Amino acid sequence: MPETVTLQVTRYRPEIDAEPVFQEYQVPLHADWVVLDALNYIKDNVDGTLSYRWSCRMGICGSCGMTVNGEPKLTCATFLVDSAPGPIRVEPLGNFPVLRDLVIEMGDFMRKLPRVKPWIVRTDEKPLAEGEYRQTPEQMDEYKQFSMCINCMLCYAACPVYGLEPEFLGPAAIALAQRYNLDSRDGGAKERREVLSAHDGIWGCTFVGECTRVCPKNVDPAGAIQRYKLTAALEELKGFLMPWRAR
Amino acid sequence: MTRAHDVLLVGGGGAGLRAAIAIAESNPRLDIAVVSKVYPMRSHTVSAEGGAAGVIGRDDSLDEHAYDTISGGDWLSDQDAVEAFVKEAPEELLRLEHWGCPWSRERDGRIAVRAFGGMKKMRTWYAADKTGFHMLHTLFQTTLKYASIARYDEWFVTKLLVDDGRVQGAVAIELMSGRIEAIPAKAVILCTGGCGRVFPFTTNANIKNGDGMALAFRAGAPLKDMEFVQYHPTGLPFTGILITEAARSEGGYLLNKDGYRYLQDYDLGKPEPRPVLRSMELGPRDRLSQAFVKEQEKGRTLEGPYGPYVNLDLRHLGEKVINTKLPFVRELSLKYQNIDPVKEMIPVRPVVHYMMGGVHTDLNGATPLPGLYAAGEVACVSINGSNRLGSNSLPELLVFGARAGRAAADYASRQKDPGPAVLLQGVDEKRRLEHELLHRTDGRERVAPLRTEMQKTMEASAGIYRSGPALAQATDKLRQLRERLRAVALADHSRTFNTELTAALELSFMFDVAEAIAHSALNRQESRGAHQRTDFPARDDARFLAHSLVHRGADGSCRVEYLPVTITRWPPGERVYGR
Repeated sequence: MPETVTLQVTRYRPEIDAEPVFQEYQVPLHADWVVLDALNYIKDNVDGTLSYRWSCRMGICGSCGMTVNGEPKLTCATFLVDSAPGPIRVEPLGNFPVLRDLVIEMGDFMRKLPRVKPWIVRTDEKPLAEGEYRQTPEQMDEYKQFSMCINCMLCYAACPVYGLEPEFLGPAAIALAQRYNLDSRDGGAKERREVLSAHDGIWGCTFVGECTRVCPKNVDPAGAIQRYKLTAALEELKGFLMPWRAR
Repeated sequence: MTRAHDVLLVGGGGAGLRAAIAIAESNPRLDIAVVSKVYPMRSHTVSAEGGAAGVIGRDDSLDEHAYDTISGGDWLSDQDAVEAFVKEAPEELLRLEHWGCPWSRERDGRIAVRAFGGMKKMRTWYAADKTGFHMLHTLFQTTLKYASIARYDEWFVTKLLVDDGRVQGAVAIELMSGRIEAIPAKAVILCTGGCGRVFPFTTNANIKNGDGMALAFRAGAPLKDMEFVQYHPTGLPFTGILITEAARSEGGYLLNKDGYRYLQDYDLGKPEPRPVLRSMELGPRDRLSQAFVKEQEKGRTLEGPYGPYVNLDLRHLGEKVINTKLPFVRELSLKYQNIDPVKEMIPVRPVVHYMMGGVHTDLNGATPLPGLYAAGEVACVSINGSNRLGSNSLPELLVFGARAGRAAADYASRQKDPGPAVLLQGVDEKRRLEHELLHRTDGRERVAPLRTEMQKTMEASAGIYRSGPALAQATDKLRQLRERLRAVALADHSRTFNTELTAALELSFMFDVAEAIAHSALNRQESRGAHQRTDFPARDDARFLAHSLVHRGADGSCRVEYLPVTITRWPPGERVYGR
């Protein structure tokens, strides 16, 4: 195994650079180092000006998503040796404005998320003294995988529709809406319908399936969207055939 | 300046978000701001794995949870705080269920509980082994429905604003733009979590730098019980990634190099094939981490590229149990250690995990400084005493997050708006940051090497076993390093997302915390819980049944005082495990 590997890292300092450029760094190629370890090596030993986000280094906080050799990845879970002998290209996540270097601006998702009401909606709240809302493991299985989303934005970076149609709600927000719609304790499906059924809701999706492929937590946003399309189509049909039952 | 708020929360993890909801629900007219240096769902609560303790079983009782907590903390816990905690923990966990947290269930749909270290009954609620992740996302998503909660995402707090003896807001840097603003508020709640990054080998995320502890300390609030640093016995050797205690509560074994369940040699009980509560692998974390060191001294650990380790064996649990109860353990082992726990043993060693100490508060999260509150790991109430039991920290941040929120809401609704002096302090702080860091070019020192030296100093002196001479040396060394910190210069002078600037500010916070730890540890001439002195190996209730309180002098020096422990119904006794 060679002792070092070359990283080609996007640099963009808005005060200095007119447009992003690549900068090359040599880093040690250790068998147990991930791309994030290499970035930390650069930051601490070579170039203190490189900027990127990271926190937990265990694939659960969702901070360190970047494009590695063209693929959206969590850099804390992407080993250098898998791309040896390199060079390894590290860029910010696609489809987002870049603030600086590897740091993207994800305010768009943060503004879209509340629109799908990702919280439990119930008309009658029972007092705590009456205990928990019962939910069998089978009922939990209905939504559990959608609750595993870490909001890492890899699916937005991979989604060709989001790239063209920034108004599209996007995979994670729709999956999180379904996480609540499918929860036996929730009664908010009706309130979420308008946002989800709008043209920039589920119907924006052309079922490319890239979101599901790149998800590091095995969430299936594409499946969530397809399933909701069926729900929405049935609701529409019901409204047409049985107008007294709609809304 | 930004607009003024009623209550400002520093930190958007479990404690901060729970506090925010408590304020919104107790008084909908109050204007709440959550200021966090990361997006709230990135907060370190997300990494908590095993579970959250709260009595629900018919065979269980609040007194038993209280006794386990108090004996687990080697009688340094305040018993009035523990009594309030165990009583409110189940209702807080239930409230989270009502908000949608996907707690693991029994077949009939009721909440399931599991065993945990140091707990005599099964009372730990769990969401597989991603409990903190599910709690945090449930809380975050629930906050989105309250219009009165404003968020300052990716704003880094550098200083608390204190005027007329009251805390009246904070100064923060918006990372995206680099602008530095005073954010006035009638009350501030610190919910910034722990400080594991003071040590080189930790389960803690990169963001755990003791920010809130240092902010409070500098503003004049004392830090309590800072010598009590928890080592978790099972971290992955290179990364420090936590392998949850739930792996042992489901039946995992800890084995030395001879394949021997060595805990039986350390007064923790006899090995049984199935897990026994408060025994062996289900002993408390301090005792298990100490046993590792003793095992190493006997030459019975294994040696790997990152030092000594022992094996955690889950193979006998089978693939089905591992996949349903411990899916994250399998995922982490496969991804980061290239080991499948279904077929292979997991190498583990003790790793810095949790800070029992923190900002001194009362039962309602109030610090001695009017207008300043704290909750969660940043605070020390204290329920954890000298050693926290696994699965007590998640309910702690709910119970005391909610309490601090309600208390701060009540306080804020009786205060006047912050005055002009507060804004002038904001201007001063802005000037300081620009002059000392952003614009400076003449410094000789760099952030990363100083941080490494500080971390090594802490590991060498304030680890699992400590001694007076090593701690005295550490306090000297830290003072020298702090002098060098004054000469730090940044290579990065950009306003936009300057992470070298935040790293320098975090390093400065960590020095305050490190010095507080070293001084408290040096002064406590006894061994209790996670604080083990080789030169004072016994517990000394006559002198030290008391909390340490570190005060900061004007020159940055540390002064240690003591405050008696509150004893209600459980007089100090012997900690007994496995017999």
